[in-house]
Amino acid sequence: MTVVPETSPLRRVGRLRSLADFYMTAMRTQMQAQFQYRAATYMYLLGMVAEPVIYLVVWTTIADQSGGAVGGLTAGEFAAYYIVWTLVRTMNIVFTPYGWEERIREGELTGQLLRPLHPIHYDVAGFAGGKIPWLLYYIPIAAVLTLVFDPTFDVRPTEVAVFTVAIWGAYLIRTFNQSALGLVTFWTTRVGALFSLYIVLELLLSGRLVPLTIMPEWAQTLAWLLPFRWTFYFPIEALVGDLSNQELLAGLAMQLFWIFVGIGIFSLVWRYAIRRYTAVGN
Amino acid sequence: MTTLRVALLHLRIGVMNDLQYRVNFALQILQSMLALATGLVVFGLVYSHTTELNGWTQSELLAVLGVQIVMAGVIHAVIQPNMMRLTQDVQDGKLDHALTKPVDAQMLVSVREVQLWQAIDIVTGAAVIGVAFVRLGGDFGLFDTLAFAVALVLGAVLLYCFWLVLATGSFWVVQMWFLPELFEGIFQTGRWPVGIYPDWLRFGITFLVPIAFAITVPAEAVTSRLEWQTLAFAALFTVVAFVFSRWFWRFGLRRYSGASA
Repeated sequence: MTVVPETSPLRRVGRLRSLADFYMTAMRTQMQAQFQYRAATYMYLLGMVAEPVIYLVVWTTIADQSGGAVGGLTAGEFAAYYIVWTLVRTMNIVFTPYGWEERIREGELTGQLLRPLHPIHYDVAGFAGGKIPWLLYYIPIAAVLTLVFDPTFDVRPTEVAVFTVAIWGAYLIRTFNQSALGLVTFWTTRVGALFSLYIVLELLLSGRLVPLTIMPEWAQTLAWLLPFRWTFYFPIEALVGDLSNQELLAGLAMQLFWIFVGIGIFSLVWRYAIRRYTAVGN
Repeated sequence: MTTLRVALLHLRIGVMNDLQYRVNFALQILQSMLALATGLVVFGLVYSHTTELNGWTQSELLAVLGVQIVMAGVIHAVIQPNMMRLTQDVQDGKLDHALTKPVDAQMLVSVREVQLWQAIDIVTGAAVIGVAFVRLGGDFGLFDTLAFAVALVLGAVLLYCFWLVLATGSFWVVQMWFLPELFEGIFQTGRWPVGIYPDWLRFGITFLVPIAFAITVPAEAVTSRLEWQTLAFAALFTVVAFVFSRWFWRFGLRRYSGASA
């Protein structure tokens, strides 16, 4: 997918339709593949649930010690935050820079470049398809967490609607950020250290570690300038927080903005990166 | 004696192999520092909202963090690489190569891989424990030092036994790629003293996954909370776990049918 030739509107519609067709098929295939290895996937999810449970226990303990609330959040609100967190985290599983590293280092990319579609389409569609089984797996986990931690939920229909859109926005933002990072491997062959730095920033400034209101003021300000908050804090707050309709819509607009920024950076880096690609064999 | 010599030889080859890749050393230091910084920021956040967490002050909790980092270093340097190679060998039918050698197979599958640079975390963790120790006033008798050393060794052995049981599972379940993620997730519970967790979880990370013994008990030694009964119980538990894991490994081995050779 280097240069898009001039096409008539009619041919463009045809192109879009075949792309949609591709997405449906790729998603379905991945969905079936994910259903196949249920036990393994479930174990992976259980390992992932440990993270929010730890945060939840720590902050609930502190809330209880300081008379019921920390930073304006009660134990029940923390519970709601981290239970929804788990769902958002599941949605936020994307093709990692490590995947790009392997793909480039091992020369797997060669075969993928020969296909008529840009490799990123396979990643976006594949991981999106995997979400459906993963969401089903999430239900029992959420049920157990709800029973154990007794969350306070107060949800409006609008919030549910915005949340449903926002988790896909988060998915796309994170996909393009991490893919752009993965492209660095074209120059460095290894991306581990850079990716660790990315994860630290995300952990602190996205609401992944704690609800952002717990962070010091300056960190909250910093979070406004970066894409991370739109991948965790915003979707979660959309559902469990008290955002007005206006704030909800503004949030979705910001997500859209960061998706375009992500696609822009990815495309730009890709253009230079792909020239550096060499593979022996295959 | 031969067994021990063979084990040491394998470990030496592994170390020499990793020494070739020096850039990885620098990168690993960077990652180790990043992980430590994150841990400290979390502590900073927690203690900006409270002065003690379930009876543990910041300095005491620093000792817990240090022990957790040390143990993570041990796991990532020797335990996990070997155990993951074991599951891979079972899946590929290559375990014959280890089984046909005239030494104890359990020993052999436990020493074939070393990721030397991961051991940087052992140094990082030790430094954190040192800082915690100084901040706590550094009142440390001979018994405490001895107890701490013993508790650390017991903890490492326990974690090894646990990983061996998990990896032995590959004789029944072929797909084991999730093990590192599953373990890593549960292992993170060790950053905090087990006392803060609800009963069911505390039971789980004490007896099912030996995190309480591996991390909280050594940390209790540093913070002078350790009673000798706890240490004795940990020793007993380690012996039981070792015997069980060895039995389980042999039990699983009977199911192995090689595909190579």
